[in-house]
Amino acid sequence: MVKTLLKELKEFKLPSILTPLCMIGEVIAEMIIPILMAKIVDDGINGQDMGLIFQTGGMMIVIALFGLIAGLGGAYFGSKASAGFARNLRKAMFDNIQTFSFSNIDKFSTSGLVTRLTTDVTNIQNAYMMLLRMAMRAPSSMIVAMVMSFIISPRLASIYLIAVIFLGIIIIFVMQKATKYFKEVFEKYDKLNESVQENVSAIRVVKAYVREDYENDKFKKAALNIYNMFVKAEMNVVYMSPIMTGTVYACILLISWIGAHMIVGGSLTTGALMSLLTYCMNILMSLMMLAMIFVMITMASASGKRIAEVIEEKTDITNGSNPIKEVKDGSISFEHVNFAYNKTSEEPVLKDINITINSGETIGIIGGTGSAKSSLVNLISRLYDVTAGSVKVGGVDVKEYDLETLRDQVSVVLQKNVLFSGTILDNLRWGDKNATEEECKRACEMACADEFISRMPLGYNTQIEQGGANVSGGQRQRLCIARALLKKPKILILDDSTSAVDTATDAKIRKAFAEEIPGTTKLIIAQRISSVQNCDRIIVMDDGKIDGFGTHDELIKSNDIYREVYESQTGAAGDADFDQASNA
Amino acid sequence: MADNKVIKGGPGGGNRRGMPRPKVQNPGALFKRIMGYVFKYYPVHMVTVLVCILLTVFSSVQGTLFTKTLIDSYIQPMLDTGSNDYGPLLVAMGKVAIFYAIGVIAAFVQAKVMVYINQGTLKRLREELFEHMESLPIKYFDTNAHGDIMSIYTNDIDTLRQMISQSIPQLLSSAITIVSVLISMVVLSIPLTLITLLMVGVMMFCSAKATAASGKNFVAQQKNIGALNGYIEEMMSGQKVIKVFNHEEESIEKFDELNEMLYQSAFKANGFSGALGPINTQLGNTSYVLCAMIGGAIALSDSVAVGFTVGALASFLSFNKSFSMPINQVSMQFNSIIMALAGAERIFRLLDEKPETDDGYVMLVDAEEKNGEVVEADHHTGHWAWKHYHKATDTTTYQPMEGDVTFNGVDFGYTDEKMVLHDIVLHALPGQKIAFVGSTGAGKTTITNLINRFYDIQDGKIRYDNININKIKKADLRRSLGIVLQDTHLFTGTVKENIRYGKLDATDEEVIAAAKLANAHSFIKRLPDGYDTMLTGDGANLSQGQRQLLAIARAAIADPPVLILDEATSSIDTRTEKIVQDGMDRLMKGRTTFVIAHRLSTVRNSDCIIVLEQGRIVEQGTHDELIAKKQRYYQLYTGMKSETA
Repeated sequence: MVKTLLKELKEFKLPSILTPLCMIGEVIAEMIIPILMAKIVDDGINGQDMGLIFQTGGMMIVIALFGLIAGLGGAYFGSKASAGFARNLRKAMFDNIQTFSFSNIDKFSTSGLVTRLTTDVTNIQNAYMMLLRMAMRAPSSMIVAMVMSFIISPRLASIYLIAVIFLGIIIIFVMQKATKYFKEVFEKYDKLNESVQENVSAIRVVKAYVREDYENDKFKKAALNIYNMFVKAEMNVVYMSPIMTGTVYACILLISWIGAHMIVGGSLTTGALMSLLTYCMNILMSLMMLAMIFVMITMASASGKRIAEVIEEKTDITNGSNPIKEVKDGSISFEHVNFAYNKTSEEPVLKDINITINSGETIGIIGGTGSAKSSLVNLISRLYDVTAGSVKVGGVDVKEYDLETLRDQVSVVLQKNVLFSGTILDNLRWGDKNATEEECKRACEMACADEFISRMPLGYNTQIEQGGANVSGGQRQRLCIARALLKKPKILILDDSTSAVDTATDAKIRKAFAEEIPGTTKLIIAQRISSVQNCDRIIVMDDGKIDGFGTHDELIKSNDIYREVYESQTGAAGDADFDQASNA
Repeated sequence: MADNKVIKGGPGGGNRRGMPRPKVQNPGALFKRIMGYVFKYYPVHMVTVLVCILLTVFSSVQGTLFTKTLIDSYIQPMLDTGSNDYGPLLVAMGKVAIFYAIGVIAAFVQAKVMVYINQGTLKRLREELFEHMESLPIKYFDTNAHGDIMSIYTNDIDTLRQMISQSIPQLLSSAITIVSVLISMVVLSIPLTLITLLMVGVMMFCSAKATAASGKNFVAQQKNIGALNGYIEEMMSGQKVIKVFNHEEESIEKFDELNEMLYQSAFKANGFSGALGPINTQLGNTSYVLCAMIGGAIALSDSVAVGFTVGALASFLSFNKSFSMPINQVSMQFNSIIMALAGAERIFRLLDEKPETDDGYVMLVDAEEKNGEVVEADHHTGHWAWKHYHKATDTTTYQPMEGDVTFNGVDFGYTDEKMVLHDIVLHALPGQKIAFVGSTGAGKTTITNLINRFYDIQDGKIRYDNININKIKKADLRRSLGIVLQDTHLFTGTVKENIRYGKLDATDEEVIAAAKLANAHSFIKRLPDGYDTMLTGDGANLSQGQRQLLAIARAAIADPPVLILDEATSSIDTRTEKIVQDGMDRLMKGRTTFVIAHRLSTVRNSDCIIVLEQGRIVEQGTHDELIAKKQRYYQLYTGMKSETA
């Protein structure tokens, strides 16, 4: 995981190295200053040497300046390296996601991907900056302080050594216990937020069932739970700071006591004692920083893992060698196709599918919920790969095509179709970047979208909000059809794409298809019989198998499912008159 | 309708998503309000913390002073006199040790109490937020992006947590330290104090400059994060469409642009705020040197007359150091406090939203007939009555609930400027099945949302059994209306719990009966754990059709007097729909039902079909009547038939 992440450092390797170097510079300055301070007190003040005070003071200023430059350098390079690292990580993830196949996308949830690209990267960025700036600084500051103390007085310095070891053990012990608790708390915390999210989006259900109090109780219980866990987790940490200060105080007392004896005995100067007391603070601060780094890294490592997962994910659909860049025609054939979303699941979604569709045919697909209608058509543009058998377009196995070519020629209007923020024209041009306004208008006329677009004050320049929130479901579907038409594909697939469009408009769209793009193979998945009954042939799907394939009249006679669906929708039994009238 | 945007914010992390941080209005008032919260619920705790902070600071000041006395009063005299009596020193150290012990205990108590204050306040805030949110009208959820509401619970609460647990104690102890150290310094030497203060002025000036520069970039960074977040969210939810349209490169291109902008602002923001530390530290060192030089000069020139000893200088110098430190800390906290206040502002804005009003007094009760009179029943009878309490006469009357709904000249708009429904007049007789048809956006769903008062009308009257719905208690009004919404929402929990949502005390048998009625039983049985299968993420592991069946079962178990089905079967295949429909018809026999559907086959057997167009009723009547009329309904109906001919 660390390797995967560090690979994305790229151009920010140099600042990543310079930052700790700068920090070492700052530490050196920080360490020399107490010595100079001691010198001022000992030799300057006690030695009654004003010249020396000024000389040493001047040196201190120079070193402070050096420390300032090093510190500023550390800030500059550190923020550059960490912000850059974050940028590269985001890019690596986003780029890789763009290569994902549908099954890769299914594996990660949308919200999961968003979190990885945002929160997780921010966590890494903060931890990395901390690491660069502190990881070298804290230990080196501690070591230098320790060495200095030993130079001044090995006897007194050994007190520090014992204190540091003592505190180190306690920190490791407490942190280990605390991180376990905190991890648990944060997981629960995520859950709590998810339940809020659920309530926000389902507020109408809550209100319709008058369940406000019920939800409040549920939330209160969860909040209390979080509270208890947080308190328990934090109680593990509250000992830390008092123990640290306590140890420091003990050190100060010990050193003062022994130091006093040594000064009186003549083996220590008062200035040296003061320096020692300063180093005491340095050592303590470094220890606290180390503890903080430890926590940050543990927290960030979960984020790092999740980021690495996205970067390491390999797309399972790629171009073959020598991909074919032209699709001959819009014929489709399925040969002994089996398909399962999960390679290990025993029950395949599609079982031994064999069909041949001629170029230019209009095919209706009908079947109950979960009968695998969408799965069937998704194989044609290789959104998923077959588990066994083969799918051919224009007489060639889809796996041999260049993916871009194939998907340009096989245009799918997905069941869950999405518009993007931008103008209507921008959205339409997803189908064809270079489409003129005229062409866009033509496509919209075919998809019966022109009528409502032209009624909008800004027409084709109307802004669409994210997800198409400002157009109705039926309008969105029609825009998506127009967008797919602009690709001028050889095969057009509509996956239940007119469910929110009223029947009259639905009929108009199909009529336009028949007249305007007769050469295009059209596959129409629908719930309504009326949407498919005029197709050249109709596929009836049932539980992953083809139950019937033929014209409307043939299926009415021979296929039980089809007949039943037909009757349920037209009410042939009770409303015979109307059916006859309209069939006439 | 706002899309269901899933936002998940990790806790603890520095994720500040959403909109750019606006300038905080009136930070003082906000701060006061936060502190008000803390003090209101934890007055004793807060006072304890204050005392503890005082004690901690006091003991650390005592410790610093001890350095002076150690050298001046004990070591120096011993050196001067050559005495070897450590007795006085031991006593002094004993005293200091007691101070230290008090300090350590105080620090411990403070940390411990602070946990309760912090977590307790946040718990209360969360509960208050949630409870208040539940009471807000639907309009609030329409007009606020769900991501923004979520961000209050995640980011804003998180920054506030950091502020209460870290910034506030830090500020308090810094303030106390600054004051007490300042006093000690003044006592030791006024000229040196002035020099120190001068350097503090320089530090403050530099801090203000750096904070302003980084603050500007932090705002830019928030804005850029918001833009990038929005983009990522949009692209990720449309990822499959991107694939289908070979649009990967274009989407990367725009991403790179936003990503680069974020990098630039993050780099600058962190760079400037990182510079703050070194600048202040070295200015602190400079201040130290200046004091050492001048103090040295004073101490050497006339040490006895001024009474400024070497030991005093040593103490002063360490005060000088302890003086710079809290100032440095305060300036470092500044950015995070501003951030937290901006978050607090959003929290309070939600809390200040006006909740739904409810002036109703008529209640819905279970009823039975006794001696030809309607009386209240203490059990479910399948009959209901409206309970009126008449204040004037202090009497209570019961009126049988029948399900007669009338709209009289109703006008409605989501905003006062734009009406979406005009002059709606309709009358649903008890036991009738009323269907609304019409193209999308005609106002079908809106009408049903008016009956249960999700929205209040601008003009006209809606009466329920001849009672103005404004007089009915909202909870009772809604309880009387079973509703299956267009967007199916399920909750995290088992299938059983989701169905039981309609009737919390339903037995397992009742749950299964409802599932059977909704034709959901067969697929539920096939789920891994049957009725105990956990549903997560709004039932993501179910198909849209299956989710609709569960939603219908949930409504069925409530056994409501009046039912509204809003495109409840749109994703269910027509064969299953027929079965479900028959089941619901049986359940709702003799009760009023409102149906909205695109499929005309779904609505054909209704008692009255209402055709809506652009917010107006253009036709109403039975299927046969409307077909005979050969107008809009006929067009809609034959539109799907025209090709058959």
